[in-house]
Amino acid sequence: MRETTQTLVQEKEHCYHCGDECSATPIYAEEKAFCCTGCKSVYELLYANNLCTYYNLDDTEKPGVTVKEEDVNVSHFAYLDEPAIQIQLLNFQSSTLHKVLFRIPGMHCSSCIWLLENLTKLDNGVLESRVNFPRKEVSIAYHPEKTKLSAVVTLLHKIGYAPTLNLDNLSGKKKTTNYSIPLKLGVAGFCFGNIMLFSFPEYFAFADEVKQQFGAFFGYISILISLPVLLYSARGFFESAGHSLRQRHINLDTPISLGLLCLFGVSLYDIFTASGPGFLDSFTGLVFFMLIGKYVQQTTYDALTFDRDYKAYFPISVTVLEKGQERTMAVKELAPTKRIRIRNQELVPADAILLRGNAFIDYAFVSGESVPVPKVAGEIIYAGGRQVGESIELEVIKDVSQSYLTQLWNNDVFQKNKSYFGVGTYADKVGSYFISITLLIALGALIYWVPRDTDMAIKAFTSVLVIACPCALSLSTPFTLSNTLRIFGQHKFYLKNGDVAETLAKADTVVFDKTGTLTESSETDITFHGEELSARDCSLVRSVLQHSTHPLSQSLYGFLQAPVLPVINYREISGQGTEGLVEGVPVQIGSAAFAGTAHMQSASTTLATRVYIRINGASVGYFSFHNHYRAGLKTLLTELQAQGKKLAVLSGDNASEKENLRAYFGETADLCFNQSPADKLAYIGRLKEKGQKVIMVGDGLNDAGALKMSDAGISVTNSVNGFSPGCDAILDAGSFTQMAKFLRFSRRSLNVILLSFGISFVYNIIGLSLAVTGQFSPVVSAILMPISSLSVIIFSVLGVRLVAWRMGLHQKTSNVTKS
Amino acid sequence: MTIIFLLIGISLTVALLFLGSFIWAVRSGQYEDDYTPSVRILFEDESPDKDFK
Repeated sequence: MRETTQTLVQEKEHCYHCGDECSATPIYAEEKAFCCTGCKSVYELLYANNLCTYYNLDDTEKPGVTVKEEDVNVSHFAYLDEPAIQIQLLNFQSSTLHKVLFRIPGMHCSSCIWLLENLTKLDNGVLESRVNFPRKEVSIAYHPEKTKLSAVVTLLHKIGYAPTLNLDNLSGKKKTTNYSIPLKLGVAGFCFGNIMLFSFPEYFAFADEVKQQFGAFFGYISILISLPVLLYSARGFFESAGHSLRQRHINLDTPISLGLLCLFGVSLYDIFTASGPGFLDSFTGLVFFMLIGKYVQQTTYDALTFDRDYKAYFPISVTVLEKGQERTMAVKELAPTKRIRIRNQELVPADAILLRGNAFIDYAFVSGESVPVPKVAGEIIYAGGRQVGESIELEVIKDVSQSYLTQLWNNDVFQKNKSYFGVGTYADKVGSYFISITLLIALGALIYWVPRDTDMAIKAFTSVLVIACPCALSLSTPFTLSNTLRIFGQHKFYLKNGDVAETLAKADTVVFDKTGTLTESSETDITFHGEELSARDCSLVRSVLQHSTHPLSQSLYGFLQAPVLPVINYREISGQGTEGLVEGVPVQIGSAAFAGTAHMQSASTTLATRVYIRINGASVGYFSFHNHYRAGLKTLLTELQAQGKKLAVLSGDNASEKENLRAYFGETADLCFNQSPADKLAYIGRLKEKGQKVIMVGDGLNDAGALKMSDAGISVTNSVNGFSPGCDAILDAGSFTQMAKFLRFSRRSLNVILLSFGISFVYNIIGLSLAVTGQFSPVVSAILMPISSLSVIIFSVLGVRLVAWRMGLHQKTSNVTKS
Repeated sequence: MTIIFLLIGISLTVALLFLGSFIWAVRSGQYEDDYTPSVRILFEDESPDKDFK
């Protein structure tokens, strides 16, 4: 190895492996500084195997990836050696060769490629490893007798390139690589070029002699060559058009297919009757250029969705158990071997093995079956299952797959009923008119030209059909909205899909939940009223609270200090309270009606937020909560009102906070108290009947019904909340006060879409008028069409970025998740 | 001028060969990754005894 870089490292104490600045006490090995033992051990591993070229390939940057988990052990991945799992994971299996493909999101530079392709030096059993950098994939071939799959995965973890092992990999369906677009494009280009050659005599006057002698022959050859284009390259357009016609609907491919068929039919007629050369050059060229447009669109869109699926993580957390201590951790940091606690109604974020507790797992989000299935310790619970009942302990066995969670979220079960929504997306509305008008104009042009000049009639007809492709309608909406989603994502505001952004922009009413949404549960002051609770009582209460996800339960759970005992017959009644049997003692915790005495119930109307405790049938007192409203709430509400939104608060609590809330919300806002979940749902239903578009902001688990009922349900998460797919958007509590800005931004994104519609209409009017008068040949319009589509895409992407930049949303919100 | 028929036959055959090789190239995955090979070619092969494919 070379030692030139050594001096450089010693001047600044930057980690030799990952390049991060070293903390106070760097660790030294071989006179090189390291920020952590993880980095050091990677270096030692590489040094021992003579692989230090890794550090010398790129002078400007240290290539290493900081190693998160230091003690990876082969036994953690032992499940990978199970034959059943191997069958699903391996691409190829024989007695001397196994091949496997991993996605490694961590690779980022040429050194990464070098190291990953030299795996064979670290493990003799690895025969070959090949990197596909754009896809962040490595394909590894190994000898099953010399090494094991688990050993390979452990090695990858050790050198800091942890592969994602998720359900996509394990679903057993190998993604058949789709070559169809490049192949179709290649075939269309080939045919287009060759037909042009045979059309030369038509293009140039001096070739008249050739034309007379060979015209018919060239025509027949052209027909032969154009057949693959008709049957293969253009099939996508015909299929899509046919599909939509069968559903009695006209889509964008309908006019295009009509134009293509018309061109081809006329060409056949011309050539067979020897009345002309036909338009086969235009026909193939058209398909070629439209496929180019499709290809560009596909690659751009893929890049955008890749960002969303693999780089962005929802700001949701899980409770992790470490050495008996509970701690919350962002879901993205969750790694195999971590122990997690899942409470009532919380979702299992990654595949895990049940360790303790009575699990009743409801796979409604995955399969649509909402019958909870009992599981016993040792069984595997798959990501997306939801626990019903007491809290359970699990050991994670796979990494969290963000793309899987996104996919769950977009499951049909949670799609809003569109009839409720009644607005429809812009594109749907304008699209159908646009296409009908185009067809009418094309028909008009045909009728006008036929008696005058049949050639011109065909030209004008097809040009109109082709140029009038409403690209902006089909392209600008997804491109603008996916960019909007990305910018929101950078600010910890995650939308389910683009439709939600449209809904947010159009909403006129914002309804807030109080506890945990307007107030900050972590800063609540808690005082106990009643007889002093004994240590044992504390412990009983805390044991029951442990299982609940309600914000009040969570803050009380954090407030009390006592050991936790096992609970049986745990039950949580939404809007009322929770109960359970601890060591044979019934404990009830909740509202006055649920756990208080009759006297307390009558007195409860004027008092602060209270949680009553009943132990062994006797009410022992209550905890009172003094609420802290989130900082910046006033500004947020003023801004929302300035935007003309109607505001309302739905609180499950009593009216004790009415005066405070009135001060925040002003005279016009609707404040409702003592609302059960059913009341909240009914309230939102009433608003919607009045024709209002409602945004509900609440806590994802306890307000799930209301969130689902509203036009756009935003679930506010902080460090204790889990992920519930019932909502349309997830907002990190840290970004709560920026909500008004987010709504304004989505409004402006819609303006960008409208503007790009405008641009496309201008294009279309110019293009159509030229096409109708027959000044375009179909092939010219086929070239112009993708160019206009591209300009619309560029406009919408840049437009959104510009708006974001002017609103100051271009910078990433720093990591504010509390842990 | 009948030679043109022969020439066209030959040119089409050659062109079809190219189309065939293009289809083969796409199917064998050569268009999947247009970045990594450009980096890989610059790596020095330090251990000629090891078997690189």
